[in-house]
Amino acid sequence: MPYTPDKPITPPSADELRARIPGWGADLDPADRPSFPKECFDPGATGAHWTEPERQGDDPRRERSIEHAHLTAVYGTAQPLHGVSGAIRRYAYARYSEGRAAHWLLLVLGDRVEAFGAHVRSLFTLRPDNPITETGILAEPRLRPIASRRGRVDLRHAWIDPILVAGPWVLGGWIVVRMLRRVFVRR
Amino acid sequence: MKAMVYRGPYKVRVEEKPDPRIEHPNDAIVRVELAAICGSDLHLYHGMIPDTRIGHTFGHEFIGRVEAVGSSVQTLQPGDRVMVPFNIFCGTCFFCARGLYSNCHNVNANATALGGIYGYSHTAGGFDGGQAELVRVPFADVGPTIIPEWMSDDDALMLTDAFTTGYFGAQLGDIAEGDTVVVFGAGPVGLAAARSSWLMGAGRVIVIDHLDYRLAKAREFAFAETHNFARHDDVVVLLKKLTGHLGADVAIDAVGAEADGHLTQHITSAKLKLQGGSPVALNWAIDSVRKGGNISVMGAYGPLFSAVKFGDALNKGLTLRMNQAPVKRQWPRLFEHIQAGRITPGDMITHRIPLDAIAEGYHMFSSKLDDCIKPVIVPGA
Repeated sequence: MPYTPDKPITPPSADELRARIPGWGADLDPADRPSFPKECFDPGATGAHWTEPERQGDDPRRERSIEHAHLTAVYGTAQPLHGVSGAIRRYAYARYSEGRAAHWLLLVLGDRVEAFGAHVRSLFTLRPDNPITETGILAEPRLRPIASRRGRVDLRHAWIDPILVAGPWVLGGWIVVRMLRRVFVRR
Repeated sequence: MKAMVYRGPYKVRVEEKPDPRIEHPNDAIVRVELAAICGSDLHLYHGMIPDTRIGHTFGHEFIGRVEAVGSSVQTLQPGDRVMVPFNIFCGTCFFCARGLYSNCHNVNANATALGGIYGYSHTAGGFDGGQAELVRVPFADVGPTIIPEWMSDDDALMLTDAFTTGYFGAQLGDIAEGDTVVVFGAGPVGLAAARSSWLMGAGRVIVIDHLDYRLAKAREFAFAETHNFARHDDVVVLLKKLTGHLGADVAIDAVGAEADGHLTQHITSAKLKLQGGSPVALNWAIDSVRKGGNISVMGAYGPLFSAVKFGDALNKGLTLRMNQAPVKRQWPRLFEHIQAGRITPGDMITHRIPLDAIAEGYHMFSSKLDDCIKPVIVPGA
């Protein structure tokens, strides 16, 4: 019991563990653990042949955290800012540090605005978003849908998931319908 | 090239995208041979990570062959087969110089708290990832390593993140000989953490999850004692009873943002995005470890605040350690372990999926169907 000095349960001996577990104790000495100590000043260990890396560029359109002194030496160019979502995200980066909840909540808002816009835009292309193929739901019958889910704790909230996922869309649609009706009734 | 692209929460598809270009003299372009879906990719897939943009290609675990190199690349040449750590890092900033490669300050313009990660949203730098035929690899002289002849592709792939992160998680637990280690989560990182705990001299390793097939894997792969928390009213009491009412010496949270087991936490975090993650596993770790014990956090959480039981951690005198794994720092020792036959990280892989079937792959992994533990994407299949 923890009410006395010794551990209440004695572990198996080192020999017993070594016989049962391949490699038991190979890193027993913390010095054999690669991240010990946590910080180890060794700038030559990485293969870098520069003191300060050459700069990729200084694209003024590229958003950056205001916690940075300047655009980093290397940055991703995967999906540049655009449209309304881009304006929201640019504001989040330009106005708020990473320490402010507003920064992150605006970025999440930007994500939802972009997802909605991309979905609507896709309807005017030759390859509109297809919730059947893009959610991968067609794989369900092959993947033991019932047996795989038996006994899991996530079943407890499975009922509420569709409401929380589809709810905002239904609510948004209802608001749009109400607004359109208002416009037409006024005319 | 063909690439997986994000189309909004719970939606992905394969599209033709322009081939990546050399944008910095130390860039390389790598033709992907194997990529994996990581549990943390699901946070992106579920729309939990801020600034995940439509058209983004996920994938931070991949191996492949060098296709082209920039003018300042000295150590790689076209044709080399490389494994690429999930961290993008420069090698010489304040943090890299001290071995904190995952905290590099030169690669993520969008944030200072997080380094650069392939395919992990603009919050992690805005780099497209490896679930594609080709990928841009910055700082090619620093990150990638040529895959040794004797190493299997599967082992190499698992060292790019999943196994290495688990191994690093066990190190953060500061395990002493004979310690009781409890690992929350029996996904790939939890399995690796449990397996690695023995290397560091653990006397007992307990794994907690709610999926029986993952617990079976934890017994077989990680020689762990396992418990399904869905069958117990209170996992904290269970763990106290299992440890003679002392608590574990070390607890490892290998679950992160989408921990199940508490309805209100699930709704406020996973669904309403009002928390940086559902801290159920982390709170269980705080409650079930012994006073003065160590907690290692390997689960990925978002940048927003989470309702963590900090007062309990304070009152119990706990040491909490956490970080993204500085992957390449771990490799030399892990290579030794693999070569000596102590570990076989590739044994965690359960499913192989052609790139064209990526939507089904994400759905399977996200919904935990077909006993899936670690799915691998084969772009050329």
